[in-house]
Amino acid sequence: MTTPVAAVGQSNKAGLTKNDYRGLPSTLCQGCGHNSIASQIIAACYELNIVPEEVIKMSGIGCSSKSPAYFLNRSFGFNSLHGRMSSLATGALFADKNLKVIGISGDGDTASIGMGGFKHMMRRNAPIVYIVENNGVYGLTKGQFSATAEVGLNLKHQGINQYMPVDICLEALASSATFVARSFAGDAKQVKELLKAALSHHGIAILDIISPCVTFNNEENAIHSYTWGKDHEEPLHEISYVPKLAEIILDGEFPEGTVREVTMHDGATIILKKLERDYDPTSKANAYQMLETAQANNWMATGLIYIDTQKPALTDMYNLVDTPLNRLEEKDIRPGEATLDKINAMMF
Amino acid sequence: MSNPRIVNDFSITIGTVNGSGSQTANVTLLRALFKMGIPVSGKNLFPSNIQGLPTWYTIRISKDRFIARRDVQEIVVEMNAASFQRDLEVVSPGGAFYYADDIKLPVTRTDISVYPMPIKQMAKAAQVSPNLRDYIANMVYVGILAQMIGIDMEKIRQALDFHFKGKVPAIDSNFNAIKTGAEWAAQNLKKTDPYWVEPMNATEGYVMADGNTAAALGAIYGGVQFAAWYPITPASSLAEALNVYLPQLRKSSDGKNTYTVLQAEDELSAIGMAIGAGWSGLRAMTSTSGPGISLMSEFAGLAYHTEIPVVVWDVQRVGPSTGMPTRTAQGDVTEIYFLSHGDTQNIILFPGSVQECFEFGWKAFDIAEHMQMPVFVLSDLDLGMNQWMTKPFEYPDAPMDRGKVLWEKDLDKLNGAWARYRDVDGDGIPYRTVPGNRHHSASWFARGTGHDEFTRYSEDAGTWESNMLRIKKKYETARRLVPKPVIAKMDGASIGIIAFGSTEAAVEEARQILNLEKGLKTDFLRLRALPCTEELFSFIKEHERVYVVEANRDGQLRQILSTVVPPEQVGKFRSACHSDGLPLTAGWVKNAILAEEKI
Repeated sequence: MTTPVAAVGQSNKAGLTKNDYRGLPSTLCQGCGHNSIASQIIAACYELNIVPEEVIKMSGIGCSSKSPAYFLNRSFGFNSLHGRMSSLATGALFADKNLKVIGISGDGDTASIGMGGFKHMMRRNAPIVYIVENNGVYGLTKGQFSATAEVGLNLKHQGINQYMPVDICLEALASSATFVARSFAGDAKQVKELLKAALSHHGIAILDIISPCVTFNNEENAIHSYTWGKDHEEPLHEISYVPKLAEIILDGEFPEGTVREVTMHDGATIILKKLERDYDPTSKANAYQMLETAQANNWMATGLIYIDTQKPALTDMYNLVDTPLNRLEEKDIRPGEATLDKINAMMF
Repeated sequence: MSNPRIVNDFSITIGTVNGSGSQTANVTLLRALFKMGIPVSGKNLFPSNIQGLPTWYTIRISKDRFIARRDVQEIVVEMNAASFQRDLEVVSPGGAFYYADDIKLPVTRTDISVYPMPIKQMAKAAQVSPNLRDYIANMVYVGILAQMIGIDMEKIRQALDFHFKGKVPAIDSNFNAIKTGAEWAAQNLKKTDPYWVEPMNATEGYVMADGNTAAALGAIYGGVQFAAWYPITPASSLAEALNVYLPQLRKSSDGKNTYTVLQAEDELSAIGMAIGAGWSGLRAMTSTSGPGISLMSEFAGLAYHTEIPVVVWDVQRVGPSTGMPTRTAQGDVTEIYFLSHGDTQNIILFPGSVQECFEFGWKAFDIAEHMQMPVFVLSDLDLGMNQWMTKPFEYPDAPMDRGKVLWEKDLDKLNGAWARYRDVDGDGIPYRTVPGNRHHSASWFARGTGHDEFTRYSEDAGTWESNMLRIKKKYETARRLVPKPVIAKMDGASIGIIAFGSTEAAVEEARQILNLEKGLKTDFLRLRALPCTEELFSFIKEHERVYVVEANRDGQLRQILSTVVPPEQVGKFRSACHSDGLPLTAGWVKNAILAEEKI
């Protein structure tokens, strides 16, 4: 249904240009970090010479879950149910073990409604690149708290968040994920490198990418809109006012081991701490300790936090035939007639 | 009380404590009777508990091949003080009451034969470890009963041999306990009741099996490639049977598997995984019961709307809520027919026998893939978990129908010009591709949101409506595909009966009784699927009154049928519905009809 794009620009080893990895134009807000992540998925797949037809894209429901439409147009995709990407992807990946699965979820989709499935998918080590585009807020339903929102966050109509946030990376470690990483959507270089590592990992790869919401996790705007709405006595309508803001991009170098302060759209700051060059991501104890230290310092630690390349992936546990299951024919999957006589003889 | 012998026509109920191992003893009795050539059925009436609560097993012995549960119990074997009084009361006059004599309760009836059994002493004498004593005690009553009603000891040994898969020490120790019981009875009990069994030749060509095993085997012969499930009574044994038989039947020549069975974290994920697998081209299924179905509702709507084949077995139990998890019902019909929010109509198959569980086990995949829809198969606890006499399973009589799937070569022929949701053939069923298809035009974007023919996101009013109307058209196509009803007629009948599933035996028996005792002739349509086929509409048209017999409170099938038959026919329906957790009896069906007919 898609037409092959004429080759323009440089081809990679798969004979494809970057255009072959593109998706539809994004319908997310201008300046949304999710768009930047989509661009890096395109770049990472291009650089890894991945054939788009050998990728499937999965998502749940939410702003983040819309984004599989914005990359790899030639891949199969499934924008499914809120919080249910994990189970759909788990079933789907048995059909053809040669396919790569890229799952895009959000903090609401993963850490609230989909927490159960998320954690079970990790303990099964399902081979999928699982990206959480994490902005601490529900965008599509117009700005409610998500489970990753920090204590004290003030959102219009919601008040101040009182509950402790869910730390996606800590959850991933506790659930035996074999690849755990965190990044910031504005750090394009790091996002791409982590994506490439994740795409090369055989097992579950969790990427928690802080992706600021330009529209709803945005205090100043909220007050502005609230005032605007009240003046016009149409308090329900202010939600359709979406200012066009620039995306937050980190410029210049951001070397390992350093700390960088980033100003968000609402003027608040977050502190990114890039992991030290000699940080050992193969030690789970290190990983826990590092995340605890980061939390105590109010840092958002970024980089590859943990990796284990030894555990078998889910699809390796079933002794499956080499032919993709979905290419087996009747003769392969319907036992012969003589076997049924034996089965009948086995009944009393 | 010496009456003429009553042979091969009575019921036995055995009251025990659950968790005591009585299931083995009871199934041994059932199987031995079956091997004697006598038509039998056995119903396990058990609590939702692991150990310590009363449980009953009831065996119907019927030379006339009536195998529905009966309200009347001619013989009761009582091993449980807690149910002693209740069970003593239900013995029919002239019947027999066997009880473990360590139960120190008064036997207040004088119109029955009473046989105390020194079970405890005999179990002690068996010299087994104390933790096996209760278990052996059950075998003692098997022996006593066998001696007293005439069960062939050799057939008992065959039943044990089957149960213990040929393991001699287990067979011997159980058989010895049974023999001890039989010998004691021969020396110490004088038979004063008239109930006897004698060998017949009426089970030739039958085997014994349960519906869940049959369903699993049917799915295996239907080529199931992916099954996800979550433990729930009474459906667990279906998935467990997949785990037993798939390794025996579905390895490739190099010893690798052509299937995956995965225990999910909940029913949401179980159906989610199955739909994911169905989307990517696998024959996928899940099996559950009512509470699981409730959780699966949103996913069912997703599969309906994105047009993904998946097979869902619902082995029904009593609801709503947790209800009575170990009791049987047909109460999920309405829920499943409309499962999901929004406009949906689902395909439902109703297997009415163990053999049909096998048949629908494979057929459901053909229908689901042909229609690109979820197919729900409604069994129930009675059919799924109890042992039934059944004809041997029949090999599929048609090649697999994989539906309209386009692979690389097909897309080449089309020059890549196709649309996922376009009705090319006028049957409402579009073409699909599955992930792994490497053709550059193969991919499409599945979404539960509004979409156009090319799967693009759409909120366009006309696009939404025309797509939903096309999906509705598929339901019309399904009418030509689903199993037709089975109809049994009597000359001159003006009354029709519609039933489905496990109640067939009770309805058939009730029809014979109505005819013999009251001269009331009835025709019977056993519905095997929704949507309804032409045969059902004709059947209703041909009869003055139509009873819809079902094991639920509200007459759910009758409600659905009332929405699909012409308005002038609706008044013909009479609801005969009843739900108390027990399999319907012929007596109840007969009385329900007689009450309405005022005969």
